[in-house]
Amino acid sequence: MDLHSLQSAAAQNDWYAIFPELLVACLALLLLVLEIILPKRSHGLIPAVAIVGQLGILAGLVINYDSSFRGVATFNGLLLHSSGGQALRLFFLLASILVCLLARVTLARQSVPAVEFYHIVLVVAASMMLLVQSHHFVMLFVALETVTIGLYILVSYFRTSTRTLEAGLKYLIMGALSSALLLFGIVLLYGVAGNPLLPAHTDHAMDYTALATFLAANPHNFMASAGIALVLSGVAFKIGAFPFQIWVPDVYQGAPTPVTAFLAVASKAAGFGVLLVLATQTFASYGWLVTPVLTLMAGATLLFGNLAALTQNNVKRLIGLSGVSHAGFLLLGVSAAATVPMAIGAVYFYLYAYLIASFAVFGVMAHVAGTDDSDQELSHYAGLARRSPFLGAVLAIGLGSLAGIPPFAGFMGKFFIFIAAYRAHFFCLLAIAITSVVISIYYYFGWIRAAFFDTEPAADASRPEGSAVEWPAGLALATLALTSLALGFYQGPLGRLLDRR
Amino acid sequence: MTEASFDPLLLSIAAPLAVALAIGLGLPKRWSVLLSYVGFAVPALMGLHAWFHFGSAPKEAHGYAFLTRYSTGLDGLGIGLKLGLNGVSAPLFAMAGIVGLAAGLYAIQSQAERLKIYLMLLLVMVAGLMGVFASVDVFYYYFFHELALIPTFIMVGVWGGRDRSYAAMQMTIYLTLGAMLSLIGLIALYVRSGASSFDLLALRDALAAQPLDGLVQRHLFGILLLGFGILVSLWPFHSWAPLGYGAAPSSAAMLHAGVLKKFGLYGLIQIALPLLPLGALSWAHSLAGFAAFGNILVIGFVTIAQRDLKQMVGYSSVMHMGYAFLGIACGSVLGASGVVLFMIAHGFSVALLFLLSTSVHQRTQTFDLEQMGGLARTAPILAAFFVAATFAGIGLPGFANFWGEFTIFFALWKFSPGYTVIAVSGIVISAVYGLRAAARIFFGEPTEEFARVAAKHPRGDLAWAERLPALILLVALLWIGLWPKSVTDSIDLAKPGAPVAALAQP
Repeated sequence: MDLHSLQSAAAQNDWYAIFPELLVACLALLLLVLEIILPKRSHGLIPAVAIVGQLGILAGLVINYDSSFRGVATFNGLLLHSSGGQALRLFFLLASILVCLLARVTLARQSVPAVEFYHIVLVVAASMMLLVQSHHFVMLFVALETVTIGLYILVSYFRTSTRTLEAGLKYLIMGALSSALLLFGIVLLYGVAGNPLLPAHTDHAMDYTALATFLAANPHNFMASAGIALVLSGVAFKIGAFPFQIWVPDVYQGAPTPVTAFLAVASKAAGFGVLLVLATQTFASYGWLVTPVLTLMAGATLLFGNLAALTQNNVKRLIGLSGVSHAGFLLLGVSAAATVPMAIGAVYFYLYAYLIASFAVFGVMAHVAGTDDSDQELSHYAGLARRSPFLGAVLAIGLGSLAGIPPFAGFMGKFFIFIAAYRAHFFCLLAIAITSVVISIYYYFGWIRAAFFDTEPAADASRPEGSAVEWPAGLALATLALTSLALGFYQGPLGRLLDRR
Repeated sequence: MTEASFDPLLLSIAAPLAVALAIGLGLPKRWSVLLSYVGFAVPALMGLHAWFHFGSAPKEAHGYAFLTRYSTGLDGLGIGLKLGLNGVSAPLFAMAGIVGLAAGLYAIQSQAERLKIYLMLLLVMVAGLMGVFASVDVFYYYFFHELALIPTFIMVGVWGGRDRSYAAMQMTIYLTLGAMLSLIGLIALYVRSGASSFDLLALRDALAAQPLDGLVQRHLFGILLLGFGILVSLWPFHSWAPLGYGAAPSSAAMLHAGVLKKFGLYGLIQIALPLLPLGALSWAHSLAGFAAFGNILVIGFVTIAQRDLKQMVGYSSVMHMGYAFLGIACGSVLGASGVVLFMIAHGFSVALLFLLSTSVHQRTQTFDLEQMGGLARTAPILAAFFVAATFAGIGLPGFANFWGEFTIFFALWKFSPGYTVIAVSGIVISAVYGLRAAARIFFGEPTEEFARVAAKHPRGDLAWAERLPALILLVALLWIGLWPKSVTDSIDLAKPGAPVAALAQP
């Protein structure tokens, strides 16, 4: 056997296609092994192993970004490796690295076992990477449940805090409900597609391609529409879109700050990754149903998120509700994606900008938080810019980017979404969107004002000083802030996402 | 497209940004101040360089010179950093650089708290202003405007005077709304034109080959007019301006009222008039009505009623925008050229007035006109500058404003004699509040309280550090006032408003 045939054998090995996911999962297991074999005093190294290991995987993924599996289905059609999936793989790996960095800051103040936290984060990240590449409802559901069960544990990780337990319980109930809706929708679709009386009926309706063929042949089937609506509702829970956003503020407040960040960024992106595939490919022939549902949802989500965020004083609730409004902008992009191809790239760009800005803000939150992680009020930020100019600057850049102010990346994201929405003729939604931007300026600016303009309150003895910024977290925050700024001026490689017309 | 090795336009944007970045990364204070002299001087020099060489520079498509283009990775969308100047933007570009230099010099001597950050923000603002007038790409034109706008909010919020928090918040929300509306208008133009490019020249070519339907033009022009109108404080969307300027620190007010506010007018002249001539015609009468009745008459009388010096200057700048809108409404080359001339003149004169008001405040510790008096005795040079600036603001011959207003009135007469009468009566209103303020501050007997304050804060006359920026602005005003040809030559090359004029007189 010569080298060439070895190569082709390796290229046909499906496991090779999910090498990054396998590596992340192995790394997760390695952490548990390390906890057993390392002496107790060396346990502090384990988070470092998690972060460095993931950085290595990230480097590998970037180097092999244009993998030969692009556009190929593997595992008998369970997975389809699309370019969007590749972009999101990188996204989840980045998010998981940043969550681990934040966790080092937050967990240092709590007396809870640490290693399991990193383990679960890694497992969840690996499942998210599979989730957005799934091309089959069984794969989708298994990956989604792995993600959700991992998040149940993470949300209630500070188990001595009542707020955290409340958040965990709420997330559990709502998550179970959304899974049930999703499953019901899948079953309906599977059932109706298997009906031998209908044209193009199929035994493989779990497969997206087969289902899409069936749906195209039966454009106005009632059962299929009901199934689609239920599947969309199940996904809408994950992204926190109206009217399934009700769990967001409580869960975001109660969950540990790194987990809140994970929920806000990665879990939402996973939902959008799935939604993009479903709305633009699988359900494409049901545009008459999907587009109105998504646009209505987008408008309501935008308005609700921003109006509800206006009155919040707890920053975790505030960022949660503002995250709801970001879901609205993304939904706007997804609804446009059915007719405007550049909208898909716009959604990915927005997600990246959102990742960078959100983690900058969450990073500052993790440092400012006291012992009670759910008690983070706007008033705690008074005088932050004087206490720590570095954190103040990072916060300002992060919030500026979230608000969509040039020259930050968030503005470019909103701009692309607006172009896509205009091309798709969503004029009313555009009007709602710019109103939302103006409303959001109010509360983001209020936060910046607290940090920069308000004078420092008298020292509160019951509330300890926030953590000092250590170099790994500091380096990450500085990188995030600078990237947010640089992406506003030079979109370079990310701009290429938008080229696919 | 020639690849120039020396690009004055890019340099004028990059130099202040680089200095701002260096300061932001923690340069010591002494070096920061020294370096920021460079940061402020480079744009001014590049502005003058571009202005002097504009006439002889080789012209490319649509009379643009110095064209260069830099890719930022968005070529797929038709967006790229394309820089260049035409006859309208060249003098405005120079004006932005000079006012930026004056504001910077004034800021350096102001000994503001946290001076480093103040200078940094001001430098970012200057970079944005230069970018606005140098951009040929419509997207970047908007982008640079926002880049300059954000520091304004922060400066008002941190270094502002009375009610700064409220003023900053109101300004932010109001102006964001205006900016968002203009952004939607520009996106609409981009999509509807079918050029799939934000390049102004490509848009012009596309729309010249295939003009938009009259109704579409009307809607698009309406959105742009509303968005830009809010940014330029068109009545009744002006209420952010006096409050914001009243609270803003002097250098920020100079740059915002003097230069940044011209963004909207510039957008109307460079983008909306040539691309949407039918839309401009259909809105001309409503625009003229709002501008004449609202900005000139209503705001004129409101300005007379002001007791606060800074509020008065703020209101007067709102009022003067009325002339500019009237000039645009005329729909003739003469009117639009007059507006360009007026924008340049107003940029210098209002910046000078804001600068001098702050200098007055440092000597009186109050902005209340009723409490001042007799300042000319201790500060005769300040008095001379102030009176000159007031004359310029009123539009007396010899100052640049005269030519701008005169040209606008001349064009306006052809459009509608009725509006001309209102506009000319505005001159009287300006004279009333301007001269009354000068008289109150500098002449007459000082009140008892004022005499006590003056004894406590003996500042004396204008120091050289304050005189220099004021002198720069005053020289520019007189230069154009006495030799308007230096500006009008290049404006004539561009013929702003020609497409509308062609439609108006078939």
